[in-house]
Amino acid sequence: MLLQPTSDQELLRETTARFLDETVPPAELRRLRDDPVGFADAWWKRGAELGWTSLLVSEENGGGSISDRGLVDLSLLTYEFGRRAAPGPLVPASIVAAALSGTGGNAHAPVLARLLSGDAIATWCLAEPRPNDRLGAIALEIRSDGGDVLLSGVKRPVEAAASASHLLVTGRTGDGLTQVLVPADAPGVTIAPMESVDLTRRFHRVTFESVRVPASALVGEPGRADMQVERQLQQALVLLAAESVGAMQSGFDMTLAWAFDRFSFGRPLASYQAIKHRFADLKAWLEASHAIADAAVAAVDAGSEEAAELASIAKAYVGDQGAELLQDCVQLHGGIGVTFEHDLHFFLRRLTVDRALYGTPAEHRQRLTALLERRAEAA
Amino acid sequence: MSSLVAAEMEDLEAFRGRARAFIRGNLRPIGSTVMTVRSRVSDEEELAAVARDREVQRMLFDARLAGVCVPREYDGLGLTPAHQRALNEEIAGFEFPSRIQVPTFAPCAAVLLEFGTEEQKRRHIPAMLRGEEIWMQFLSEPSGGSDVAGALTSATRDGDGWLLNGSKVWTTGAWWSDWALCLARTDWDVAKHAGLTVFILPIHQPSIDVHRIEMLNGNREFCQEFLNDVRVPDDDRVGDVNDGWTVGTRWMFHERMSYNSPLVTFPADAIHGVAGGASTLELARAAGRADDARVRDLIGEAQTLEIVWRELQRRVGEGIATGTMSSQSSAVARVFHCLATMRQTTIAFDVAGGAGGAWSNDDDGPLARAGTDFLMRQVSCIGGGTTEMARNVVSERVLGMPRERTLDKDVAFRDVPRSPTAKR
Repeated sequence: MLLQPTSDQELLRETTARFLDETVPPAELRRLRDDPVGFADAWWKRGAELGWTSLLVSEENGGGSISDRGLVDLSLLTYEFGRRAAPGPLVPASIVAAALSGTGGNAHAPVLARLLSGDAIATWCLAEPRPNDRLGAIALEIRSDGGDVLLSGVKRPVEAAASASHLLVTGRTGDGLTQVLVPADAPGVTIAPMESVDLTRRFHRVTFESVRVPASALVGEPGRADMQVERQLQQALVLLAAESVGAMQSGFDMTLAWAFDRFSFGRPLASYQAIKHRFADLKAWLEASHAIADAAVAAVDAGSEEAAELASIAKAYVGDQGAELLQDCVQLHGGIGVTFEHDLHFFLRRLTVDRALYGTPAEHRQRLTALLERRAEAA
Repeated sequence: MSSLVAAEMEDLEAFRGRARAFIRGNLRPIGSTVMTVRSRVSDEEELAAVARDREVQRMLFDARLAGVCVPREYDGLGLTPAHQRALNEEIAGFEFPSRIQVPTFAPCAAVLLEFGTEEQKRRHIPAMLRGEEIWMQFLSEPSGGSDVAGALTSATRDGDGWLLNGSKVWTTGAWWSDWALCLARTDWDVAKHAGLTVFILPIHQPSIDVHRIEMLNGNREFCQEFLNDVRVPDDDRVGDVNDGWTVGTRWMFHERMSYNSPLVTFPADAIHGVAGGASTLELARAAGRADDARVRDLIGEAQTLEIVWRELQRRVGEGIATGTMSSQSSAVARVFHCLATMRQTTIAFDVAGGAGGAWSNDDDGPLARAGTDFLMRQVSCIGGGTTEMARNVVSERVLGMPRERTLDKDVAFRDVPRSPTAKR
C-alpha cells in the first residue's frame, strides 16, 4: 500500500489494524466459519465508530474522509482487512453509502444515517446468474408503474444480503440502467444463502419477484445510472484489489518466515537457490501488485481519464498474479499449507473470492482491449 | 554556467513549465519510445543518430535542462530527483539523447561523482553534460559476464602509470563512443575482490581494437575490445589501488538503477523493449485477428503488463528516493521487467500468427518484426545482468536470505578454479 501515508491516514489505518487484531484473530475466524452471518452486529457498529462507513460519504451527509481522498483512505482499510482476512461487508456497504450520498438527495437521508452509525447495513446487488453472469450484462428489469417502480429478476452473488436492511439494486430500464434502494423485507424479495470459499463472507441469491417500491426509492434518474454504475464498479474493483494485495502481503510474509524457520538436510529452506529465486519472483509480483493497486485507487478517487483502465488492470493483474503468488506460498509450505490448521488458507480464500467478484481477470482483459480500441479510434 | 554563489533552488513547477516550453518548442515529437535491440540499422543511420543525440544533449545543456541532479560545481543544476522526474514526464513523446543516458550518466557519471578526483570530475562531467563525451563500461569479459569481480584484464605498473591488457565485451556502441570506465586486476596474489582497481581511458587509441559483434538478428551495436599494452596515467585511476571493489559495488548499484537513476533523462512513458497493448492491438489488426477472443485476451494482458511495469517503476523509484524501500530494490523491478518482457514478446509472436515464421516485407507491416524479436526474446533477461543475478540480489539483499556459497573467497585469485579454456 501507500509508501508515504499522511500521519492522519496512518492513524486511521493503525486504529483499524489494532481493532482487527484484537477482535478477529485467526481463532475467531475459525469460529465464525459456522456462523450464518460471519460477524456480529455490535462488532460492525464498533467498526463504524472507527470510520469504516463514512469515508466515501460527504460531510454534509454526515460522513467525511481523512485526506479529502476518501477512496484512498478506505483502501488503506480494505488492505488491512485483506491482511487479516477480516469479516464484514466493508466494500459493498461503503459503495452503497457513497451512492446514496452522491446521487440520493435527501430522500435516503434516514437510511444513510443508519448506515453511517452502523445500526444498519446495506449491500449492492449487481451481478446476475447465468447466462447474464458476464461483466456488464444486466437483465434485471426495472420499470415505472404509476407512481411506483417494479423490479423483476435475480441477483447473485450478493454479499451479506441476509444482514442488510436495504439493497441497492442495479437493473435495466430500456437501454439504460436504473438503481433503486429496496428494503430487504419488501414483499417479493427472497434471499437464499450460497456457498463460498471465504470463511466469513456470506453471499446470497436474491430474487425480485414483481417487487413494488415507491418512486422515492430511486437512486438517481431512471435509465440514466450507467455512469454511476461504472463508478461504483471501479470503486469495488480497486477496493478489492487493495484487499487482495493485503492478503498477498500476509501470505508472503508468512511464507518468508517459514523459509527461514524450516530446516531440511541441515539447512534452512531460505538457503536453497531454487527457493530463493522463487521468492525473488514472488517479491516482484507483490510489489507490482502494490504499485498497480495504489495507482488504480488514486485514479478512481480522482476520476481521472485512466480510471476505468487502471481499475481493470488492477483486477486483471492482482486477480491472476495474486492467486499464483498465494498458490506458490502453499507449495513452499508443503503439506502443512493445505491444512485447515494452518492460517495460510485464510488469505488464499480471501483472494480467491475477491478474484471472482465484479468480473474475472479474463473479462477485464477483454474490457481493456475494448478501451484500447476506443482510444485508437479517438486518436 | 557553473556558479559557486548559492542560489535558491528552482521551484518544481517553474522548472516543469520551463522544461515543457523548451521541449515543445525545440525537440521533435517521436511518439512513445521503445528501447530494444533492433536489427540492421546502417552505420550511416546509426552515426547520424549519435550525432543528433549529441546535438540534443547540447541543446538541453544550453537550456539548463541537463544534469538536473548533478552538483552545480560540475555544471549541473543541483536540483532534486523530483525535478528529474518532472523533466522525464515532460520529455515523454519527444526525441531525447537516448545514447547519452545509460551508461554515460548511470553508472559512469555516478561512479565518477562518488569516487573520482576533483580533476576527473571537472574534466569529464561537464563534457558528458554537453554531449561531448559518450561513455561505456569496460566491465564484462569473455570469460564471464555475471561474475564481474572475476575480471582477468590486468593492469600492471609501468613507471608512473599503468599498462592494461585483456579483453572486454558487451559494450553497446563502443565504436562511436569516447571514454570508458574499466575494471582491471592489479593483484593476482590476493582474494578476488581485493585485487581490483578502476581506471578511465579513451576508447579510440591505437592499442585498443574495437570489434563489432553480430547478434543473431543482424544487429551490430555490441562490441568487444582488445586491450594491448594500453597505457593509462595514474591520474586516470578511480579510487585506491586494489580498492576497485568498493567502487565496483557502487558501480553495480548505479548500473541497476539504470533508467531509474536521478542522473538519467528518460521519457516517463518509455517502454524498455516492452510492447504494450496499443502495439499489440496494431499487430492483431495487421494479422486480421483483432476479433479473435483469445487474441483480445492477449492484447489486454500486454496492456496490463505495460501499465503495471510503469507503476512498479514509479513505486520503486519513490521507495528508494524516500528510503522506504531498500536501495537494492531496483533488482525487484529488474526481475519484473524480465518476466514481463519475455511474456510480451511471446504475445506479439503469438498474435502475429504464421507471419512470425515467414513474412513479406512488402505486405506484412509490423508483423515482419515478430519472428526476429522472438528470437531475441531473452536479451532483456541477460543484458545489464542476468535475471538469475537479479534474483540473487532480491533474495539475498532485499529479503535477507543466506548468500550463495562460492569457491573464490579466502584464496589468491590466481588459484581460483577457472574454466579450462580461459586464458591464465
